[in-house]
Amino acid sequence: MLSIQALRTFYGHIEALKGVDIEVQAGEIVTMIGANGAGKSTLLMSMCGNPRARFGKVMFEGRDITQLPTFEIVRLGIAHAPEGRRIFPRMTVMENLQIGSTTAPSYFEEGLARVLRLFPRLDERRQQRAGTLSGGEQQMLAIGRALMSRPRLLLLDEPSLGLAPMVVKQIFQVIREINEAEGMTVFLVEQNAYHALRLAHRGYVLVNGRVTMSGSGAELLANREVRAAYLEGGH
Amino acid sequence: MEYFLQQLINGLTLGAIYGLIAIGYTMVYGIIGMINFAHGDVFMIGAFISIIAFALLSILGVASVPLAILLVLATTMVFTAAYGWAVERIAYRPLRGSFRLAPLISAIGMSIFLQNYVQLLQGARIKPLPPMITGGILLTEGDGFAVQINYTQMIIIAVTVTLMVAFTLLITRTALGRAQRACEQDRGMAALLGINVDRTISLTFVMGAALAAVAGLMFALYYGVVDFFIGFLAGLKAFTAAVLGGIGSLPGAMLGGILIGLIEAFWSGYFSVEYKDVAAFSVLVLVLIFRPTGLLGRPEVEKV
Ligand SMILES: Nc1ncnc2c1ncn2[C@@H]1O[C@H](COP(=O)(O)OP(=O)(O)OP(=O)(O)O)[C@@H](O)[C@H]1O
Ligand SMILES: [Mg+2]
Repeated sequence: MLSIQALRTFYGHIEALKGVDIEVQAGEIVTMIGANGAGKSTLLMSMCGNPRARFGKVMFEGRDITQLPTFEIVRLGIAHAPEGRRIFPRMTVMENLQIGSTTAPSYFEEGLARVLRLFPRLDERRQQRAGTLSGGEQQMLAIGRALMSRPRLLLLDEPSLGLAPMVVKQIFQVIREINEAEGMTVFLVEQNAYHALRLAHRGYVLVNGRVTMSGSGAELLANREVRAAYLEGGH
Repeated sequence: MEYFLQQLINGLTLGAIYGLIAIGYTMVYGIIGMINFAHGDVFMIGAFISIIAFALLSILGVASVPLAILLVLATTMVFTAAYGWAVERIAYRPLRGSFRLAPLISAIGMSIFLQNYVQLLQGARIKPLPPMITGGILLTEGDGFAVQINYTQMIIIAVTVTLMVAFTLLITRTALGRAQRACEQDRGMAALLGINVDRTISLTFVMGAALAAVAGLMFALYYGVVDFFIGFLAGLKAFTAAVLGGIGSLPGAMLGGILIGLIEAFWSGYFSVEYKDVAAFSVLVLVLIFRPTGLLGRPEVEKV
């Protein structure tokens, strides 16, 4: 479904991605773990053309999307809940969800019902300004907003960041649910390696803009280097 | 008391015109964070297009005044909107992502260009508009002073209120309005959700220019003369109104416009006509000292 080939992205002269290859099959949950500054967010953003990769290719469902404008890329069926949530703080929860359905307006009612079922907390807060939501609620809104476009591929950037363990559990449960019940393909970037690898079918490890390891979630969890670098202390 | 009432009516009329122009400043500032210095000249172009359209209609023999005004309103909105669109496309879009001052310099250039363009095409002399609407309603009379609201003032206030209501609904209730607010708050995220940001910005200029066009028509009807330089002072005052109300805030622009109109009318009425512009700008300075974000502007700190 998604195929990234030798992708290289630069910020000025700094090369943030140094030739990344990724494959994601339809129906999979694939995770990417890596330390701060490894280039995980850059990779997700490069898929959406902002910043645009300088070399390499992004293929989505057999189509080369490397050079498409961002708003056209997401119209093809990719939704992105980016780093830092980036909900629209001065709009209500409802308005955020409405904007989420920009590329699929006819799906709005159905999508809304689905999102409110997945995140009942949002239902009680429909008319609340999104900027006044708690961190966990904002994350739910960010994911809900992404789901409103009826994507076939969902990109999630550190949805667990800064959230209490209970909320993290709930959000990961939702990711599993939409994957199992609806066959949604998910590409999940995480620092919370333990939970991410347990959830995902497969995973990649990104170090300094390069993929250094890949394998099934279980394999990576058992790998000594992964354990030493990402799983020591805690869990 | 009668005198006061009369100044109030005059002030509201002026304020309606400034408010319509101010909306264009505030919306563009909201969405791309720049002051569109050419906006006053877009208003001036609107006034000229109105006069040309009135002349054409009288040649074509449209005798009914309400019909003529409606036709001119539609024509000037469409053509002026095209100018607004072109200004953005030519002078600002190529500079997006450039350093912050670049579009401002470009805007000043655009403003000078538009003034000279109209001066070349239409000449430097003032253009009169034969009085279209005469008469009015006598409200009260006392102390030998008659308070009158003339039909032109009524039209100006009615059209402005209608447009402002329609516009507020557009911004708060429609998908386009939501897209505009989304671009205002986080352009990158708006694009990630499938919003065509460039098109949304274009439409913002188109809408601002269409409202400025209405203001141009109102100005021509009210004062009966226009020249290529009217955009400068009117634009400056509308900009002041936008800042006074809180730049970026739509209700702020409307409120600021009305306040500037009232200040100007009362100052001219009670003190001296010569210093009316100074009065408006002094109030601006005072407000900015005590409330830098304007009357309805939001404070910069925000929990995200
Ligand atoms: N806008 C930017 N301009 C310049 N450099 C940037 C920019 N964004 C990211 N970088 C750099 O690119 C590298 C990769 O950053 P990125 O945000 O992709 O890392 P990450 O893996 O998502 O990290 P984290 O886990 O902290 O979110 C870092 O060295 C960072 O400093
Ligand atoms: Mg990141």
